[in-house]
Amino acid sequence: MKKEIRICGFGGQGVILAGFIIGKAASVFENYHAVQSQSYGPEARGGAARSEIIISDKKIGYPRPLSVDILLAMSQESFDSYRDDIRDDTVIVVDPDLVKKHEIGRPLYKVQALKIAEELGNKIVTNIVMVGAFTSISGLLKPEAVKESVIDSVPKRFTELNIKAFERGFEAGKNALKDLR
Amino acid sequence: MKYKRDPKRIRQVLGKKVQFILGDMACVYGGLLAGCSFFGGYPITPASEVAEGMARRLPRVGGTYIQMEDEIGSIAAVIGAAWGGAKSMTATSGPGFSLMMENYGFAAMTETPCVIVNVQRTGPSTGQPTLGAQGDMMQARWGTHGDFEAIAFAPSTVQECMDFTIEAFNLSEKYRNPALVMTDGEVGHLRERIIIPEEKDLKLIDRVEATIDKKKFIPFTNSQTRKNCKVPDFPTFGTGYRTYVTGLTHNEKGFPATDKQPDHERLVKRITEKIIDDADKLVSVEKFNLDDAEIAFVTYGASARPTESAMEMGRKNGIKVGMLRLKIVWPVPEKEVHKLAKQVDKIIVPEMNLGQMVHPIREAANGNCEVICAPKIGGEIHYPDEVYKYLEAK
Repeated sequence: MKKEIRICGFGGQGVILAGFIIGKAASVFENYHAVQSQSYGPEARGGAARSEIIISDKKIGYPRPLSVDILLAMSQESFDSYRDDIRDDTVIVVDPDLVKKHEIGRPLYKVQALKIAEELGNKIVTNIVMVGAFTSISGLLKPEAVKESVIDSVPKRFTELNIKAFERGFEAGKNALKDLR
Repeated sequence: MKYKRDPKRIRQVLGKKVQFILGDMACVYGGLLAGCSFFGGYPITPASEVAEGMARRLPRVGGTYIQMEDEIGSIAAVIGAAWGGAKSMTATSGPGFSLMMENYGFAAMTETPCVIVNVQRTGPSTGQPTLGAQGDMMQARWGTHGDFEAIAFAPSTVQECMDFTIEAFNLSEKYRNPALVMTDGEVGHLRERIIIPEEKDLKLIDRVEATIDKKKFIPFTNSQTRKNCKVPDFPTFGTGYRTYVTGLTHNEKGFPATDKQPDHERLVKRITEKIIDDADKLVSVEKFNLDDAEIAFVTYGASARPTESAMEMGRKNGIKVGMLRLKIVWPVPEKEVHKLAKQVDKIIVPEMNLGQMVHPIREAANGNCEVICAPKIGGEIHYPDEVYKYLEAK
């Protein structure tokens, strides 16, 4: 098994943290090999940012994706700039409120991550909602492993909020799966 | 007061045994595990996380972090701390490494143990901040003036960033020479799993301090307590051993002796031979599929990753290709490369520059096979395909 995952958004949304959580879940809380890399512009906020993770059951040589298996997009600009290398069978998950123009001639998974985060009282956890959605849609990692990784990676005083965000995202991902079938 | 390495405290600060961290942070962990108690630095991307990690953690283990006014000041502070008895380090990237060159030579000339982590980025000059390169490999060897020997590691993984930083401290302490961790933006900014070694599995080397009668102590000569050892015993400042530290050519007492050829030759031959004499012990390589290889990649650091993928593609397609990965790049493992050159028809050297380590490798091959460079610049690591195409080229 080898899967290449890209999470993209604008700077400040926490796409790097989201990638970090997924990579850690795979390699620390499960026993896969994982690498996570990132690229972002000079802006602290705004601009397109991306975080890329490779998960494999074998040693990982080349550390960056060659063709993306799963794409999670949290902003229009990043969705437009970071999808040159997607394939017909690439799993695409977007937040339709953040990526309004997402028609690519085939169905994709829609998860209203920002809306869910706002319902939970803090849009800062939009990224964790996406991590939850990734977990159910991809089925790559055990939900408990990803949840452990979330808990291990966020400030203690926000543990509860982040767990809720993860769980709501996980459910939203399941619903998105149903919608597409 | 002298820093006492406290394993329990270090492990409390480092946290869990298995973690998913940045290559830069792994250099921090390696330094702390090795007993580093002083970091003098100036932030520069993609090495800033090393300074940041040290700033947060060193004070918690009882060490000192100083952000200096620039890189020249940083390496100067690191050298001073070393003479005060500390294991000390700094971290930088190309532009800062250039600024450190004068004092890098000073550290070699004054036989000061210290570690420099260079998270290489694209140059020349300010180049491409944050993006990786391997453009400082020759600067590591020849960037400072005069005759000296470089000791340099090149990590390919995050785990190796930690392991090689520990090893760099060990060799710098053993030989009283600066030691380099020549990583790059690609590995420095990559996150991977690391496993922190147990205390019982850590092999740490500390410099041998002067212990003989203070009146008989000679600071810049062969060890007075170890036989056939060209590394002098270390007179830590404040312990009462008289010494004088200068970058000028000095006699055995450390005093400037700039006008006599024999003094210079004796000094510089000793500081280079203490390392050259041990060249066989300083070989650290990893071999892949070399037994029946007709073509060999010789590579190091981040470049070894796509090269390994290319080698696997080659093997799948029936090409007898292997790989020699250098973990210690300076000194170059000349005998290993020479032996390999006699076996294979071609050596290919993928590196993230327009051809640097290819030169000493070609010299070591000594005409026994063709040695070609597989360059990549511009802040990107080679694609496996780009390396692979060298296998098919006639």
